Parts: sequence; C-alpha cells; structure tokens
Amino acid sequence: MKQFKGQALSWELKSGVIELALHRPPCNELGSLSLGEFEKFAKALDDLERDAHALIVYSELESGFCAGADLRELYQRSQAMEKSQAVQGVRDFLERIHRVLNRIDSSPLTTIAAVHGVTFGGGFELALVCDLIIADKMARFCFPELRLGLIPGFGGIPRLKRDLGNAIVRDLLLTGRSFNATKAQQIGLVSQVVSEGEALRVARATAAQMAKFDRHTAVEAKQFIKPIPHDELRREIDIFCELFARPAVEAGLKKFVESTDAQPYLP
Amino acid sequence: MQTAENTLDEILNLAAAHFQVPREKLSPDEDFFKALGIDSLQTLDLLTMLENHFHVELPDYELQGVSDFRTLAGKIQARL
Repeated sequence: MKQFKGQALSWELKSGVIELALHRPPCNELGSLSLGEFEKFAKALDDLERDAHALIVYSELESGFCAGADLRELYQRSQAMEKSQAVQGVRDFLERIHRVLNRIDSSPLTTIAAVHGVTFGGGFELALVCDLIIADKMARFCFPELRLGLIPGFGGIPRLKRDLGNAIVRDLLLTGRSFNATKAQQIGLVSQVVSEGEALRVARATAAQMAKFDRHTAVEAKQFIKPIPHDELRREIDIFCELFARPAVEAGLKKFVESTDAQPYLP
Repeated sequence: MQTAENTLDEILNLAAAHFQVPREKLSPDEDFFKALGIDSLQTLDLLTMLENHFHVELPDYELQGVSDFRTLAGKIQARL
C-alpha cells in the first residue's frame, strides 16, 4: 500500500520518502484507534521499504506532534473491568505498540521525526524511535508518567538511555519536567532546531540529502550504531504492568481525566 | 541590566502578540489563563515562548500555582 488515509494517521510514498502524518485531534493521543492504524503501517513497511530510503514522521495538527497515550481511553477501559483484566489489557496494548515501535526503530530506512509543539510521553517515545529528531523551536518534550505513578511504557527509558547520558535521563524521568527544543539539542536529543513551522520542510530537505548516499552503506551504518535494547524494553513492560496494578495509578488517572485545570499534567 | 519591570513589560507584550490579545487589555496582576483564554496546550506554548525569548529554563513545576503575569515575571527574573 503506497498510500493510506486513516482516521488517526496517513502515509504516502513519494520520491523515495515515506511521509507518515499524524492527525487525530486533539493532539494525536495514542489509543486503540491509532494503534490499529500504526499496525497497518508497520505491515505496509515491508513493501514500502523496497522503494524508499527515508521515513518522515510528523503531525498535521497545530497543537503539537503527539501528547502521548490516550489516558482517557486507558482510564475508561480500566474502569469497566476487573483489575487483573485491566492489567492484562494494558500488557496486550504495550506488547502491540512495542512491536510497532521496534519495527520502525529497526527499519533499514533513515527515519526522521519532524516535531513541533507538545511531544509528551508516548509522543516523545515515538520520536525516540527515529534516527533523527528535527524540532520546531516551539517543540516541548516531557516524560510526565511519574506524575501518574507510572514509568514511560512505549520504550522511552531504554531508548533515552541508548541515546543520552544516564544523568540527564534521570533528570528528565525523575523530575518529569518539560523542556524546550533548545535544551533538547543541548543534551544531544535533537539534531536540528528550526523556526516555527519549518520542521517538516527541513526534514524533507534532510531526507533528500540522504537519497544521495549508497543505501547498503547507510543501512550498515545504522545497524552498527543503533542496537535495539530488547531486554530493557521487555523489562519496561513488566515494570509498567506491576505499577499499573497499584491504586496510586488509578487515582492519578482519575485526577488527570477529570481535571479542568489549565495544567492537568501537573499533579 | 534587565529590570523586573522590563521583564514584566516584555512578557505582557509577547503574550499579547502571540495570543492576539490587545496589549491594553492585559494587566500585571491579571490571571493570564483567563486574560489570554488559553488551554493546557497553549500554556505550554506560553512557557516555551518565554524560555526562548529570555534564554532561560523554567521547570514547569516551579510555575505550578502561578497564574498572574507579575509572579511569572518574578520567576523569570530570578533566572536571568
């Protein structure tokens, strides 16, 4: 499938570049609908990769790249079932999204996340599977999960550890503070910071540059330098599920879902 | 040297321009969530815009409970 138009995301292959656009309001929250379409994309990648050298992931929404997991759906679904069933449901969801993200992470394509605005939680984790992050100067990153009594569940910690020093990982994770694109570039997370509204254009220019390189060499270089931290990713799912069973999480989710505060992500 | 009054004035000007609110309708002690009519995502925009302009880092937990421009200016001034 060279192109697809779904409710949460769309993709198109053009001139050797796959553009994966997120467009589920309000800010591309990742729930069952998005996951289903991401799974379609992961399946389609087998075919798309034959004719492509790069993948760009971006958001069509003004609000931002992605606000992370759909916490409202998570809360509502977990309320409708026994705790053990809810934990199993979360584990199934995590297993599925890990398969998708591991597939993108290990793709032979050179992958670029072009981000702007909110890039939080699962949205941050989606950007982290990409080889390069190109950020609009208004992009903002955060792992707010500890505020809910959880850890990032879509591979965030192992991938952040892969890319950055442990001290900065502890800072971002344990304080749960959000930070801007300039800071993200200073710590080595973001490769280019660009003007407002320019991330996608710069990502396209970067992808066009990559087309000039020998594909086999680019693939070898990527595989050499970017191992998938499988053991830590598995451990992350286990820890997340252990934590999800605790009452503090239910209380945190309830507070978030019912909040009318302008800063609901703050506990 | 940047004075606290200058900082406050710059914040009011920036916020008015970014969120397209007449500058004269904003006052230092006003609740900026209400004055600017901003939601949680736009609040993050405000924070990012101010960090970029003043070249400071403002951890969002430090701004918890801050809702008026004057207190916000004080938090920024403390990091200049």
